[in-house]
Amino acid sequence: MTWEWEVIGKTGFQFFGKILASVSHEIKNALAVMNENVGLLSDLAEVAEKGRHVDPSRLKTQAERLAKQVRRTDGIVRNMNKFAHSVDEFSKRVDLGEVLELVCALSARPASMRGVTVTLEPPADKIPITTLPFLLENLLWLCLDFAFDAAKDDKAVTVRAEATKGSARVTFSGIKPSTGERAERFPGEREKVFLSALDAEIVPDEGSGALVLRIATNRVL
Amino acid sequence: MSEKVLLVDDEEEFLEAMAERMRQRDMDVSTTASPADAVRMVQENPYDVIVLDLMMPEMDGLEVLKAVKEKQPDLQVILLTGHATVEKGIEAMKFGAMDFLEKPAELKVLVEKIKEARAQKMMLVEKKIEEKMKKIMHEKAW
Repeated sequence: MTWEWEVIGKTGFQFFGKILASVSHEIKNALAVMNENVGLLSDLAEVAEKGRHVDPSRLKTQAERLAKQVRRTDGIVRNMNKFAHSVDEFSKRVDLGEVLELVCALSARPASMRGVTVTLEPPADKIPITTLPFLLENLLWLCLDFAFDAAKDDKAVTVRAEATKGSARVTFSGIKPSTGERAERFPGEREKVFLSALDAEIVPDEGSGALVLRIATNRVL
Repeated sequence: MSEKVLLVDDEEEFLEAMAERMRQRDMDVSTTASPADAVRMVQENPYDVIVLDLMMPEMDGLEVLKAVKEKQPDLQVILLTGHATVEKGIEAMKFGAMDFLEKPAELKVLVEKIKEARAQKMMLVEKKIEEKMKKIMHEKAW
């Protein structure tokens, strides 16, 4: 195995682990909210059993709160499932917009823990590309991780995918303009391995500070 | 006198539901979703116990624990976490946490811990008063 695939393997395992840890934490949080609201329903039932009046609107509120957490957890599990299936086929035709949406959703909690908000501007049309889905997700994650660290003072990162002539592009905005030191730091050796595997390149926009990731639309291994 | 509790968690819906249940059990409960606010509130109010989420944006639970223990060393701290490991538990105790529970926590268990925490705090406060009294009496004896 070449050293590049060792880097991809090691980084991929770490990426997978971080995503699953983050997802499990989100599910635990949702379960904790449900647990308290179920407990509150139980408390209200005890009050009613003692012959005291319980306002029906209280029960309705509890039902709505529980339904909201069920929807939230369902969304989390759905994203986890999509992520898990991204390793089904090593190379596949996918919609770049959907891949980016998934990675942004999976990054929401880590972003929030670092005080950063991520806004995804959905593309006008689908952007079909043939690529290595799991590696692309990993690279997008690495770009977002960098963007969170390099975010401007308002801590608002915007992400946008577009089709361009002969390739596709993902732009990460809201980043401080690149300094010499930072330009050397990203992409680092690890990211360069992924860029090579995906036939992609990172082009920093020195004026605005935005990071532009250009991806080949027909990458087959 | 009821236990005076501060609940700190970035999940507001969790805070609302837990606070309401605790109030139904005659506890005096304040809440905040902001770790920074929690540190300020501890300075301004004589809480018996703070129940604190370990993983929060801005500051994590351990940082809040260290900050509140500096301001109120007698304040008892119970940490809540999504995944309780032995290592995290040891680290929490090292920084002065009274206990460490995994979410979702059973309220009955948490309430018992809070009562224990209050008793512990009262014991510490009484001990300090006793020591002060002894010191005064020793000085007055001369």
